[in-house]
Amino acid sequence: MRAKVHVFLKPGVLDVQGKAVEQALHGLGWGGVEHVRVGKTIEFDLAAKDAPAAEAEVKAMCEKLLANTVIESYRVEVA
Amino acid sequence: MKAAVIVFPGSNCDRDCKVAIERSTGAAVALVWHQETALPAGVDLVVLPGGFAYGDYLRCGAMAALSPIMADVKAQAGRGVATVGICNGFQVLCEAGLLPGALLRNDHLKYNCKQVELEVANSQTRFTAGYKDQRQAVMTVGNGEGNFFADEATLDRLEGEGQVVFRYVANPNGSARDIAGIVNPQGNVLGLMPHPDRAFEPELGSADGAILFQSALASA
Repeated sequence: MRAKVHVFLKPGVLDVQGKAVEQALHGLGWGGVEHVRVGKTIEFDLAAKDAPAAEAEVKAMCEKLLANTVIESYRVEVA
Repeated sequence: MKAAVIVFPGSNCDRDCKVAIERSTGAAVALVWHQETALPAGVDLVVLPGGFAYGDYLRCGAMAALSPIMADVKAQAGRGVATVGICNGFQVLCEAGLLPGALLRNDHLKYNCKQVELEVANSQTRFTAGYKDQRQAVMTVGNGEGNFFADEATLDRLEGEGQVVFRYVANPNGSARDIAGIVNPQGNVLGLMPHPDRAFEPELGSADGAILFQSALASA
């Protein structure tokens, strides 16, 4: 199975990179851009018997390593 | 007196820490590779140095926090051994769960490399007892991700319990409540972004960092 993990700073945590990108987009004329958040996507193949099992395993990986839940939230996709 | 400095791949202040501790305290300092599974016997002070452990990959300190040596660092800290994380070492201690909070990107997105004035917010800890009535200390910072963050309840608790040990006089990076360094509730694990290891002799612009190492070992 292929897993995709999306990691972003939590809504209450100031995303200074997002702010900088937002200002740059404004500078290029896209004045309607708001609330830019910069995150990361981690993809990998995973041996698992089915999607729910894979998802449970990937969530455990997120809690242990892939995300720091003090500051980040994550979303898991498996297919 | 015996101290150990952990060396992760990408640590770059390990030798600075060794020299700083040796010259300011006379203690013997062992450099311990992160793949080791045990600290030297009878160690009184463990230091996690600055640098870019594992290239700051994924998040600063995230991989280093899972290094083999960290199991014994946690065990010794649990037994009350004085443990200090400086800069990247502070990030490792947060990632390892030995200290609360996290270090975010500096609010201005720039790498800070300068001397900073610190308020000694609590001189009753085993790391700061030597500052006595000295209310301020000068050290240097060198980091891109030194912006201390914790939720409001955690910040209130840190302040209420006297766990905030150093504050910036002029906040250089957006750190919550001007926090530059904190201790755990037991008071034996300290994390700080400024470098005492770059301020241990007057020739370096300040000798205030030496007091921190001297205090840590005097209490051992």
